[in-house]
Amino acid sequence: MRKQLMKGNEAIVKSAILAGCRGFYGYPITPASEITEAAALYMPRAGGVFVQAESEVAAINMLYGAAAAGVRAMTASSGPGISLMQEGISYMAGAELPCVVADITRGGPGLGNIGSEQGDYHQVVKGGGHGNYRTIVLAPHSVQEMADLTALAFELADRYRNPVFVLADGFVGQMMEPVEFPQRAIEAPMPAWAVAGTAATRGNLITSLHMGCDDLEAHVLALEAKYKLAEQREACAEEWHAEDAEIVLVGYGIVGRILKAVTAEARANGLPVGLLRPITLYPFPIAHFQHLASRARVFVVVEMSNGQLLEDVRLALNGACPIEFFSRVGGNAPSHDEVLQLVREQALRLIGEERMAHA
Amino acid sequence: MVKGERIETKKQDRGWLRIDGEECKGCGLCIEACPPKVIAMSEELNHFGYRTAIFAGAGCTGCGVCFMVCPEPGAITVFRAAVRHVEASGHANAGIEEAISCASN
Amino acid sequence: MPSEAVQEYTVAQGRAKSFYARYARKEELQHQTHYCPGCGHGIIHKMLARAIDELDVQDRTILIGPVGCSVFTYYYFDVGNVQAAHGRAPAVATAMKRSRPGSIVISYQGDGDLSAIGAAEILHAANRGENISVIFVNNAIYSMTGGQVAPTTLIGQKSTTTPEGRRAANEGYPLHVSELLATLEAPVYIERVGLGDNKQIAQATRAIRRAVEDQARGLGFSLVEVLAPCPTIWKMNPVDAQRWVRDVMEKTFPLGVFRDHTKEAALRPASQPAPALDEIPRLLGLAEEDLPTGNGCMLARETNVDLQVRIAGFGGQGVLLLGEVLAEAGLVAGLEVSWLPSYGPEMRSGTSNCHVRLSSQPVDSPLVSVPSVLVAMNEPSLCKFDLTVRRGGWVIYNGDTFPGDCMRDGVHVLALPFTRLADELGDPRAANMVMLGALLEIDGVLPQASIDAALHRLVKNPRWIELDERALARGRELLKDALRRGSLAKEPCAEA
Repeated sequence: MRKQLMKGNEAIVKSAILAGCRGFYGYPITPASEITEAAALYMPRAGGVFVQAESEVAAINMLYGAAAAGVRAMTASSGPGISLMQEGISYMAGAELPCVVADITRGGPGLGNIGSEQGDYHQVVKGGGHGNYRTIVLAPHSVQEMADLTALAFELADRYRNPVFVLADGFVGQMMEPVEFPQRAIEAPMPAWAVAGTAATRGNLITSLHMGCDDLEAHVLALEAKYKLAEQREACAEEWHAEDAEIVLVGYGIVGRILKAVTAEARANGLPVGLLRPITLYPFPIAHFQHLASRARVFVVVEMSNGQLLEDVRLALNGACPIEFFSRVGGNAPSHDEVLQLVREQALRLIGEERMAHA
Repeated sequence: MVKGERIETKKQDRGWLRIDGEECKGCGLCIEACPPKVIAMSEELNHFGYRTAIFAGAGCTGCGVCFMVCPEPGAITVFRAAVRHVEASGHANAGIEEAISCASN
Repeated sequence: MPSEAVQEYTVAQGRAKSFYARYARKEELQHQTHYCPGCGHGIIHKMLARAIDELDVQDRTILIGPVGCSVFTYYYFDVGNVQAAHGRAPAVATAMKRSRPGSIVISYQGDGDLSAIGAAEILHAANRGENISVIFVNNAIYSMTGGQVAPTTLIGQKSTTTPEGRRAANEGYPLHVSELLATLEAPVYIERVGLGDNKQIAQATRAIRRAVEDQARGLGFSLVEVLAPCPTIWKMNPVDAQRWVRDVMEKTFPLGVFRDHTKEAALRPASQPAPALDEIPRLLGLAEEDLPTGNGCMLARETNVDLQVRIAGFGGQGVLLLGEVLAEAGLVAGLEVSWLPSYGPEMRSGTSNCHVRLSSQPVDSPLVSVPSVLVAMNEPSLCKFDLTVRRGGWVIYNGDTFPGDCMRDGVHVLALPFTRLADELGDPRAANMVMLGALLEIDGVLPQASIDAALHRLVKNPRWIELDERALARGRELLKDALRRGSLAKEPCAEA
């Protein structure tokens, strides 16, 4: 048996260390605190650095320093803390520094509550900081994916020299499931561009400042080219009973799990339902949507935010298929029954349309 | 840096200055700071429109105070008369204590 | 004697080798700094470069530039350069030094950067005693942005945002950073110096060298505050600005050493050598011996299980642990499992509940909205979840009597005062395990060995393991007794 029962938040830290992460700079916040706590325990054991910063502002700037020094490093927070980190994330994207940020989301706006919500979608996926930049966003829906996508996040961060988010709701962070880790740890090589206080790296410069208009424009265009490349290569989604689906459910994170249960029951009742679960939220898996739209008759977007994911689905479908929407917020999860009810209504509507067409 | 530069002076001063007229911005701090007052301001403007500090010649002790108060990294180079028994590997910069004693003059 | 003597001169003072010979500026300006005539920054740069040269640490030096006029330190210093966000240099420096302990990390900051927007970062870096050197340039004004008031602006001093002069009633008093940081225990060396005359400049040179040297020696945090002229914003000629530092600024910001533990400071502990890569899984608790074993308690492949449990109670009743033991036992038995807690303030007090699923198929949703078993550890929890239990399911309730209005057709009820029964076993806190014992007996699928294995993984105290084992056994007996009476199907079982 290779699996251990573990919280999603703990799995992130163990996966990160196995992936060569040797720096954690964080500030506690529910429901992400177990990440900081696990990092406090394990990071020093692995020869890494753990610092509980004085604020999220300091934490993200420590991450800037660790990344500048060529060390794989990460932080973790939740909505209010991520808001404070946006300054540093913009700077890191501008200075082309890799890092991994785990956002275990809670309810907002403001202090909101500590219930599980997906209201950070815009601030994470669209970039909450200033300037022309993007962050790659991975959205796990299980503890195993918390581990797997964290490891992937470090690879992508280094490949694109850019911050990468692991965006999970409080449920996925807090729940325990069996998880399997790679049996070998990776040692991340020090990148040649780092400033490491050595003769070899003397003369290297980390900055997001480009004084000349033409200089900055060239820099922004170079960043944009990177993002285009990521859009071509890294977009990822899970299709589940979706190939022949007429009703395509769309949701990520814990909602993806709820929609799997709904899909299973709907299929058992003979309804042509499938699931499309975005795993990367940026790049958004547009090709999956366009592919399924050729057969689907309606997409049903379910999220724990007020239509934030919906906007990207609209852009991806670009009018190719009607969209229905259902959401719960405030810490409530959409229940199995209320989503199933919506699916039944859609199925009845589609049957009605067919009859009208044949009459 | 220039070491062992040979120059000719009419008088055997202990010190001698080279002021880079393109790096100097003419702030005048060196003129104010110089204990023997051997630095003056040029009448001519340089390429950037600044009047610049010029070495007036006689009486320089090579104390280095002008270098220390100058905001530009290489606008002023201070030379000092070579003496015997100076260590071959000696540092290019004069000792701070010596500079301070000059500064007190 | 010839009338012209020939004498050999050597360079006594010249461009430090830690400066680039030419700067990466616009073509025509590569031989001079971007600073205004008479600016203090250039003078301080030269002191710092000289210190780096003299201490022979150029290859090891990482210079962190701020936001402000000195944002371009990287034009000039031939070292490793990092440009930080406004005020954040001490946070950046913290991680750089800790990531690369062999480096010399210097944070160069102005007064807007350090004492206003970055006040938290400098305070905490100092308080942690980070082994870094901070050069704090105080010119009593925001210069780069055109002369707005700074925390260090003098009372009465005009700025573009204090057009009538700084008033304590509106802007507060000048912030004394050195004195403030000197109240902390950790800093090793804090001194305020000035650029007001030749003597002050000589002392500033010494102080900056000391700050770098203390770091090179591994002693800890040092900060040198330099009172520096800004002729342009102060609207003075450079010589008058220099005098203003000495004659006016110094009255508000007295020069001096505010902390010097250079002699007695202990070396900061060296970081532990990193373990071998092969060791990492073991250090993370992921070695073979740390993984649960299914030896002897694996369920047969064809066994069909779909147990959906909701456990609810008050904080401290062991709700989450009950669920965890159940989930762990399911994993040991080879099932797919999930455990999802309520969390947050609910953890500290008030209600607590968790969702547990054990299934022979992959668990789709870990949320249990229609439980097959509800374990209710008190009446509010029962009332909250009772109606969600599926027909044919079970309610295990901790109470003397089952509330009549919670009675439902088609749901089995086992209502017993589990807390009192646990008390009889030795500790009322074992009620959760008595209830788990009953639950296990209802389901009857999980091998006892899987429960034992789970208990031993999750409970470390031998006294508690022994008690919990008895509690589990007691719970099984209680359910068997109730079943023997055959009174469970639609009615509560009220124990006498």
